[in-house]
Amino acid sequence: MTGATTQDSHTILEVNNISLSFKGVKAISDLSFSVRRGEICALIGPNGAGKSSLLNILNGVYHPDAGEVVFESEHFHRIHPLEAARRGIGRTFQNNALFKKLSVVDNLLTGLSRFMRTNLLEQAFRLPRAHREEWVFREHAESVLEFLELQSYRDVAVGHLSYGLQKRVELGRALIASPRLLLLDEPMAGMNAEEKQEMSRFIADINRDLGTTVVLIEHDIGVVMELCGHVVVLDYGLKVGDGTPAEVQTNPEVIAAYLGTVH
Amino acid sequence: MTFFIETLIGGLLAGTMYSLVAIGFVLIYKASGVFNFAQGAMLLFAALTFVSLREQGVPFAAALVLTVVVIAIGALAIERWILRPLVNRSQITLFMATLGLSFIVEGLAQGLMGAEVRALDLGIQDTPVMFGDIMVSHFDLVAAATATVLVTVLALLFNKTRVGVSLRAVADDTRAALSIGINLNRIWQIVWAVAGSVGLVAGLLWGARQGVQFSLSLVVLKALPVLIIGGFTSIGGAIVGGLIVGAAENLAEVYIGPFIGGGITPWFAYFIALAFLYVRPAGLFGERAIERV
Repeated sequence: MTGATTQDSHTILEVNNISLSFKGVKAISDLSFSVRRGEICALIGPNGAGKSSLLNILNGVYHPDAGEVVFESEHFHRIHPLEAARRGIGRTFQNNALFKKLSVVDNLLTGLSRFMRTNLLEQAFRLPRAHREEWVFREHAESVLEFLELQSYRDVAVGHLSYGLQKRVELGRALIASPRLLLLDEPMAGMNAEEKQEMSRFIADINRDLGTTVVLIEHDIGVVMELCGHVVVLDYGLKVGDGTPAEVQTNPEVIAAYLGTVH
Repeated sequence: MTFFIETLIGGLLAGTMYSLVAIGFVLIYKASGVFNFAQGAMLLFAALTFVSLREQGVPFAAALVLTVVVIAIGALAIERWILRPLVNRSQITLFMATLGLSFIVEGLAQGLMGAEVRALDLGIQDTPVMFGDIMVSHFDLVAAATATVLVTVLALLFNKTRVGVSLRAVADDTRAALSIGINLNRIWQIVWAVAGSVGLVAGLLWGARQGVQFSLSLVVLKALPVLIIGGFTSIGGAIVGGLIVGAAENLAEVYIGPFIGGGITPWFAYFIALAFLYVRPAGLFGERAIERV
């Protein structure tokens, strides 16, 4: 399943000839591209272009029919979501997948589950080891709350927050595990201009201050042009553009895809 | 009036015994979307293990701890050889798997530890206690108190420990839990061990009342209407459902029974459950069905 290779150290992620179909319907066809370490890469394209399916392949929710993913020089034909998380791939979902009944801070703390070394009994009896671990986790959660300016919502049940704030909590839940690659599925969907501005700032801060590589799906081209240095355009599961925002913008195939002319 | 209140209280207290059984189902259903038909067999297995240890002269507390250890090992085995291989299968497949498991556990338990009826003495007197004019069973009071303590402990575990919070996260959104690195297999092991331990408590109380024997595993059938009324996904629902079933059974037996020839208790709970299915299919506190990954 995995094996070492000679991946260029500037490349963190490579998608090689990935194909995926659902019951015979092609969602992604022979897709290849690579993401450089430290960049923000946008996946754009019309609805049904295969963007979310691709993110689901990258963190193992879906398994591709063909092709492989190379992450940090490790080749994967298929990866289990747990394994993806362990290797440092964090993600958020298109429709918020937060734990609605848990508080903001508890939602963040679930992001640290895989670092938990104490068991239920140690925690139940508050043994010193569990106590120390809880303290370290809490410290970590506080720093994320501060980074994303969520302190005042710390103990609010997530279900009671606005959609925009929920998106931010979900970003925090992925961020707390210090991912090397962050996959964001429409982090700004349903937001107003001001909220989008805020979210863009957080993503840029994460990328710059923490050095996290980001792959995101976004429909607002204005936001993409401003935030991302690399854009991959998908249409009907095929790659129709790949380059800097400026290059992609002038690509006739991309324009065709967006204007809906003959494919 | 005194008689009515006595009947009602007797029913409510007896209902907590149903709740205890139902809680085991809820735990597993919430965390893994599996309706565990083997809960009754697990309950029988736990009670039999405990009784057998006691018969060997093992002290009460040690027998309790040893039984929990055996349950935990069983939970690991079930997760490894039943849940994990069948993880992406349909609900009906998993249900059938637990049905099979139920017969295997029952058969093994009786093969290893004997099929005869065993007396289980928890040292609780089954004598009436008087509160003014109202007579209440001492045993029922102890059972209700035990159920209360157990539910409190569970609530603390799920709300105040990291593992407990991860467990609630899994119950809330399995796919998200997996993607942020929560180890589902580990959570399932824990949940089955906890559900087995709840089964042990229920098994001991039921066993003390009616003897430890095969028919103990049939208390699952008593838990079904409780779950339909309370909802499959809520521990609070299991408690309220149990109380409703207990009270309704007792009252119906006394006040309706004489008109239709008596013997209502075995089926009246199902009658109420059927009525609930018309009005509230998800039960009083139930949620939409859990989507499995």
